[in-house]
Amino acid sequence: MIGPVENWTAAWPELLLAGGALLTIVLGVLGTGPKASFGRVTVFVGIVLLAALAALLFVVKGEASAFSDLFVVDAFTSFMKALVLIGSLAALIMMRPFLLSNGLERFEIPLLMLLATIGMCIMVSSGSLLTLYIGLELQSLSLYVLAALDRDSKLSTEAGLKYFVLGAVASGMLLFGSSLIYGFSGTTSFAVLAQELPGLLDGKLPGIGLVFGLVFVLAGLAFKVSAVPFHMWTPDVYEGAPTPVTAFFAGAPKIASMALFIRVIMDALPALEAQWTQVIYAIALLSMVLGSFAAIPQTSIKRLMAYSSIGHVGYALIGLAVGTSEAIAATTFYMAIYMITTIGAFACILAMNTESGSTDKIEDLAGLRKHQPWLALAFACFMLSLLGFPPFAGFFGKLFIFQAAIEANMYWLAVIGALSSAVAAYYYLRIIKIMYFDEADLTILGTKDLPSGLVMLAAALFASPAFVIVWPMLWSSAQAAAAAFS
Amino acid sequence: MYGYLLSLLLIVPLVGAAMLLTIPADQVHSARNMRWTALWTSVFTFALSLMLWFGYDQSNADFQFVKKIDLVPGFFNYYLGVDGISVLLILLTTFLMPICIIASWSAIQDRVREYMIAFLVMETLMIGVFCSLDVFLFYVFFEGGLVPMFLIIGVWGGARRVYASFKFFLYTLTGSLLMLLAMLYIVITAGTSDIPTLLTFDFSHTAQTWLWLAFFASFAVKMPMWPVHTWLPDAHVEAPTAGSVILAGVLLKMGGYGFIRFSLPMFPDASHDLAILVFVMSIIAVIYTSLVALVQQDMKKLIAYSSVAHMGFVTIGLFTFNQQGLEGSIFQMLSHGIVSGALFLCVGVVYDRLHTRMIDRYGGLVNIMPQYALVFMVFTMASVGLPGTSGFVGEFLVLVGAYESGSWIAFGAAIGLILGAGYMLWRLYKNVVFGTLEKDDLKGMLDLSPREWGLFAPMIVLVLWMGIYPKPFLDFIEVPVETLITQMERGGTDKATAQRDDSAPAQKAAAR
Repeated sequence: MIGPVENWTAAWPELLLAGGALLTIVLGVLGTGPKASFGRVTVFVGIVLLAALAALLFVVKGEASAFSDLFVVDAFTSFMKALVLIGSLAALIMMRPFLLSNGLERFEIPLLMLLATIGMCIMVSSGSLLTLYIGLELQSLSLYVLAALDRDSKLSTEAGLKYFVLGAVASGMLLFGSSLIYGFSGTTSFAVLAQELPGLLDGKLPGIGLVFGLVFVLAGLAFKVSAVPFHMWTPDVYEGAPTPVTAFFAGAPKIASMALFIRVIMDALPALEAQWTQVIYAIALLSMVLGSFAAIPQTSIKRLMAYSSIGHVGYALIGLAVGTSEAIAATTFYMAIYMITTIGAFACILAMNTESGSTDKIEDLAGLRKHQPWLALAFACFMLSLLGFPPFAGFFGKLFIFQAAIEANMYWLAVIGALSSAVAAYYYLRIIKIMYFDEADLTILGTKDLPSGLVMLAAALFASPAFVIVWPMLWSSAQAAAAAFS
Repeated sequence: MYGYLLSLLLIVPLVGAAMLLTIPADQVHSARNMRWTALWTSVFTFALSLMLWFGYDQSNADFQFVKKIDLVPGFFNYYLGVDGISVLLILLTTFLMPICIIASWSAIQDRVREYMIAFLVMETLMIGVFCSLDVFLFYVFFEGGLVPMFLIIGVWGGARRVYASFKFFLYTLTGSLLMLLAMLYIVITAGTSDIPTLLTFDFSHTAQTWLWLAFFASFAVKMPMWPVHTWLPDAHVEAPTAGSVILAGVLLKMGGYGFIRFSLPMFPDASHDLAILVFVMSIIAVIYTSLVALVQQDMKKLIAYSSVAHMGFVTIGLFTFNQQGLEGSIFQMLSHGIVSGALFLCVGVVYDRLHTRMIDRYGGLVNIMPQYALVFMVFTMASVGLPGTSGFVGEFLVLVGAYESGSWIAFGAAIGLILGAGYMLWRLYKNVVFGTLEKDDLKGMLDLSPREWGLFAPMIVLVLWMGIYPKPFLDFIEVPVETLITQMERGGTDKATAQRDDSAPAQKAAAR
């Protein structure tokens, strides 16, 4: 596929983002003061993200590969990249009022988000173990810095350091696994791996070596999607990082990591299906159980959301454990719903402003329905959607995931998943209970910022029963996206 | 027009709820306007649902008023339709709803708007359960009802409302999630989510057993059957009066309806195999919860335990698989829906005046509240099953059906009847209404107001009508029950069933 002229069109969104990032640096340095350049850069990064989204939707067409198969484009990458860009854009919009009121208005923040977004898009499109690593590291390094952004806060610094150290170990494992796979197969390209592996597996040594490599790669990927037993960083990072950064972490990077996970096992290593099915089965099961039980005693809403995200990744991984095209569609669909609902939930968390600053204590939500009825209603909507309650959006996600599990005769996975979500129901309901049943002793002021209010409204409409209008369409595009793996 | 009737029934309460949102809250009459809006909405819905009563063709065994819109073909469709059983249950729902709203007229002063919205949304969801012909649509309505009820108990409930609302929600949700998995299995195996098609699909015997158990996990909690009934007394005690009425009147019927719509016709082999389990659990429920009811201090708790006992009757009747037993069960569900609702309202009447539900705090009410004593007596008698009231017809038919399945079942059920008379008449009615009026704070209590008469009058008429001339109601369920029995025999190699079918017409004539 090596041609004289590179297929630049396939990478249009990434090129736009990268060019935008370079311009952003210039724009940030030219500013007159931190506040002015922060505002200017935020707007500019927003425009760049929108332009990339437009390029993705209108320029990138069909299936293609570029740069000697290092970079692939198909329906799946377009779907996932659209989600990543939407997630980044929403986080960018929501973070502004918080950063301004907490004295964190630095132009590096939108810039780092933009760089992380480029990394994510490359992850989604990676066609080789090398691109995978480049994308992953570009994303991860940007996120480490973002986590430690609030330099004066002990928690934030700790979060950044913890994330960096653990993340580096995970990257190391991933790299080690990649090198094993390369060593025993002689290639890093996903397409070539898929062709050659079945033949190599017959030999004793390459077979074992490849399985070792697979396990290390899976461990590294499981860390990135924060699945048990590689989840330990999640609660601390979610809690320690400034809230808007957490909102960013919970959305787009999860999508990109999951897309990468799918791409590696479905495109590069289908020959090892018997092996990875077992591994993913186990981590999905553990994530669902831990996510539902560990969130119960939390007092910080950010920590609660961290455990909730671990549980949700467990559900999404069920689709991977099944590994059919239809099941991948279920995972894709699930992640789309999860991302939008989570963004909405964080929009609500960002609106938890009191007279003495912002708070993340769950009990401070008491009596929210009294002084912020609409905020309480939106929050309740997101909680019910995360719980998977019909007819909220999350229910349809779980429905298709369970369908995939049952179709593949993985009954125990489905039963444990169902029972875990009954357990998880407790802590989601507890938030509704605190907002609706308890009396207020603190006034939550909410947000006056129109753009983040609009993000919240859009997400709430999506998560609410109005979702029944959108879901057949979203489901068929998820199916079309996953058809890339049939 | 008739094709849209069911959709209209689902939409009208929601429109009412939307109208409630537009009423400004800060005016003198806003609470009154909200109450009237909710009342008119529910009355209008009831009037609409009467068209089902008149428009339904009783001799036709097919689903009627059918409306189908494809969303994801073979997996999830908007598919509505009713048979005679659902018509009666929808009418029960729409009939009780205006009564609930009138019952909350002065008892609810706080957050009137939210309260009325919760009830109207609840109404839509309950009607939806009874007219869904798509498996997942059914599930959405079945589960959806949890949230409004959770809020009704949790926001407007009594002292231990948080505990009760969580218990209610989590018990029901856990059972339902297992049912959801079973639904996914049947839809994947049969390749369709249409209930009418699924009714004729044959699942393998092993699969049937597991599926039956998964559905049982949900319906047994909802019913509720012993030993998963413990959420009900808590929920009833803490819920506001109208919430109890809906809970006892309609929500409990969803379990029975689920058995009729799913477990029996779809898994006939498993139903035959596991009937013995249901009988044992039901008889324990009937006897044990009746004994528990005998020692209750709290009136609402007593009626809640009596509900569990009465639902035990319903499950016995359902699993006799014969015409009398099934018709009796369905009739008993309707009768219990009205009678237990009315009994909770009777408790509400005295609770509004004295703010206690303890039996010991009352006594001798007949001396100052003769009208109340009369009304209370009618419903107590109906609950006990006095001939001439609706309770009798259902219990009698169930006993006839049960006797055919095994005399020990009828024996166990009959003991429950005797104990039922004990706790209703001796423990509740005698201690509250009869005796001498000794307590000072009772002496100032007023008799029934016109509003309360307005609540009770239609219910008394219905209880007596159903008791004296049950034919119009039984006509609705006769053909669907016959169809159900035919579907049951499809898998059943059970000899007894075949024999019973031969002699069924004669016995049915006798039963009438």
